[in-house]
Amino acid sequence: MNEPAAEQVREEARAWLAEHWDSDLPLAEWRRRLVSSGWGCPTWPAAWFGKGLSEALGEVVQAEFRRAGAVGVASSGVRMLAAATLLEHGSEEQKARLLPRILTGEDTWCQLFSEPGSGSDLAGLTTRAELNRDTWIVNGQKVWTTSAHHARYGMLLARTDWDVPKHRGLSFFVLEIEQPGVEVRPLRQMNGHASFNEVFMTDARVPRDMLVGKPGGGWQVALTTLAHERRLADGMRTWGQAERGEGRVYRELREEQARVMEPYKWYPQRAGRVDLILPVARASGRLPDPVVRQEIARALMLERAAQWTARRARAARALGQPPGPEGSLGKLAASVVARAAARAHAAAVGPDALLAGENAPAEGMVAEVLLSVPAISIAGGTDEIQRNIIAERVLGLPKEPRDDVDVPFRDVRRNPSNVSR
Amino acid sequence: MSQLSFSDEQRQFRDFVARFFREQSPVARARELMLSEAGYDPELWRRLGGELGLTGVHVPEAYGGQGFGAVELGIVLEEMGRVAYCGPYFGSAVLATYALLEGATAAQQERWLPELAAGGVIGSLAVAETGGGWEAETVRASARQSAGRWRLEGTKSYVLDGRIADFFIVAARESGSTGAEGLSLFVVQAGAAGLEVEPLQTIDATRRLSRLRLSGVDAELLGEPGAAAPALRRVLDRAAVALASEMVGGAQALLDSAVSYAKLRVQFGRLIGSFQAIKHRCADMLLAVELAKSAAYGAAEVAAREASADELGEAAALAKALAAEAFLQAAVDTIQIHGGIGFTWENDTHLYFKRARGSEFLLGTPAEFRDRFVEYVSAREAAHE
Repeated sequence: MNEPAAEQVREEARAWLAEHWDSDLPLAEWRRRLVSSGWGCPTWPAAWFGKGLSEALGEVVQAEFRRAGAVGVASSGVRMLAAATLLEHGSEEQKARLLPRILTGEDTWCQLFSEPGSGSDLAGLTTRAELNRDTWIVNGQKVWTTSAHHARYGMLLARTDWDVPKHRGLSFFVLEIEQPGVEVRPLRQMNGHASFNEVFMTDARVPRDMLVGKPGGGWQVALTTLAHERRLADGMRTWGQAERGEGRVYRELREEQARVMEPYKWYPQRAGRVDLILPVARASGRLPDPVVRQEIARALMLERAAQWTARRARAARALGQPPGPEGSLGKLAASVVARAAARAHAAAVGPDALLAGENAPAEGMVAEVLLSVPAISIAGGTDEIQRNIIAERVLGLPKEPRDDVDVPFRDVRRNPSNVSR
Repeated sequence: MSQLSFSDEQRQFRDFVARFFREQSPVARARELMLSEAGYDPELWRRLGGELGLTGVHVPEAYGGQGFGAVELGIVLEEMGRVAYCGPYFGSAVLATYALLEGATAAQQERWLPELAAGGVIGSLAVAETGGGWEAETVRASARQSAGRWRLEGTKSYVLDGRIADFFIVAARESGSTGAEGLSLFVVQAGAAGLEVEPLQTIDATRRLSRLRLSGVDAELLGEPGAAAPALRRVLDRAAVALASEMVGGAQALLDSAVSYAKLRVQFGRLIGSFQAIKHRCADMLLAVELAKSAAYGAAEVAAREASADELGEAAALAKALAAEAFLQAAVDTIQIHGGIGFTWENDTHLYFKRARGSEFLLGTPAEFRDRFVEYVSAREAAHE
């Protein structure tokens, strides 16, 4: 890093914060200052609410914000996926109109990609969008939509051409959720929570200027969203620590965090709650049981090794060493750890594994672990898809022959409507 | 906290060691040596000690070693594991050398270590007894003093390189003592009166084992009498970390072999590597191998610094258990991916399979290490509360 540049950026950021940071402002108003000044997204282009700084200098700005205790732009949840996608693929008008209210936190977004008939095979989706004069008319159903119930906009991937191969007939839209043609219904999961929604679109309308990228170019746009989603998933574990400060900005920030994070509150249980295993086993008195100890050891060991593997990947990156396979294994490792943790919890509580809620060990947490872990090997790319990716991209094994790539999508075999759900 | 990274010097060292073993001691050589009378290549052994200095890589320079630590030792063993190196390195350079480093007086270290570090003599460590384990508590061999000399009685088993070792370091206890009390380490010279070395038939012919019968054999006490249990624990934990490194090297060799075969073999008109049944098995192997590597690397870093006995024990348990499991599973999977050819003597996979089985039980079973790991973590958490 160029040290004089870092020093200069540090001083500028510090001076600007000294002049403008005020913890008694309404949150959105403070963030409007960040957006108009470029200090909220310093690594974004100067033309689009940023300062065009490198990642390293962005860290310098971050450090100044932490030092001052200053709140940043809204960056949690799906809205940041929308921001990153629009920044890369949006038109000038779309960026100017949509990005500021994402950054201030005034607009919440959701992602309308997965469908009942296309999970792992996202590009096989069948929601249909047809242009009628200046308006796209959308019909179809989406699922696993986090935050749809309070989102203003959805990133919508829909099929606009059925006569070309599957990846080339998709287009990416910005759909306004609050309109007559859109119905949002909560989707209850096997663990009792309802953190997702189903979204039904019946002649829903998207103005022509809310197409992102080109017609038929939706897959490339969606790949940007998905790449950021993987990064978001990696960062998820460190979230939820709203600033502790006093003042209106902090108060509103905490409310925002609570709202945004609500759907994710069972995610630690989905990952197996390895931290609870030993306390649970002590409380049940089963820690000395040699069979129980073997299960506990497996979970604790796998978790430690997974942490060390992630650290190894970071250390290699920091030293500029070529990336090894250790950097591609996090998602699959998380599944293996979570399953081992569920087995250990069950072994540690014995017959109390029959119980749920207040009657169950650790105020129901063990039951929630047992009922949430099955999600981790499905959400965000199944273990099977992960293994395919690892085998093909890391180990260089050949791809499987496919029947669905070089033919018009209308000729591709699809789910009959009754096996979609 | 472990860094989980290698310096440029360490990476260059690995490249050098890997190349040496690939060229001078490929797995085909292990295949020849395992059937030979001596069970190792004395000429290669001299080079490891002489020009390369590998037998003393972790021995202080004051005792004629290279003055590096557990990380460099781990690198050597990982690369040896890749080629299923067949020779007395683990028994002599790891077990016997650590026993002297941890358990001997300075004068004894000065007397013994330089020649051991140079590979001029071969040492071996005798702890476990028939059906027993590598723990102070299970030692029954006894030591008594008469006329100023120590005499040992008992039987030791699973002793590495018994037929070629120049001396043995033997764990024995004062008569009547139990547990960690009364335990001492002794040096017994090969050929001493009252020492009988009985070679054992083993699954893994690349790692020779013997049984020792000690009948009033003359011995020299190492360090202070009756105080060897903590040193022995450190020796065995350090050795477990080293063995984990060797195992991940073997596991990586298996993965490489399975993946290359899956890219060559055709069935049903397709490369078998394009079938998900094969792909998923390979991906799972890779995950297990990488997790075990992280454990072995992290544990080597712990062993390289002045960590507490408990911290070392915890890291060693993690590394040994995960590496043993990954190595054996990789061997099973590699045979399966090769199909029938994988079950033949001609294919190299069985050498690694047998090494994996042997390493699984050497120094203690994975189940024992798992149990111990829970003990360490639980005690640490309790201490923080």
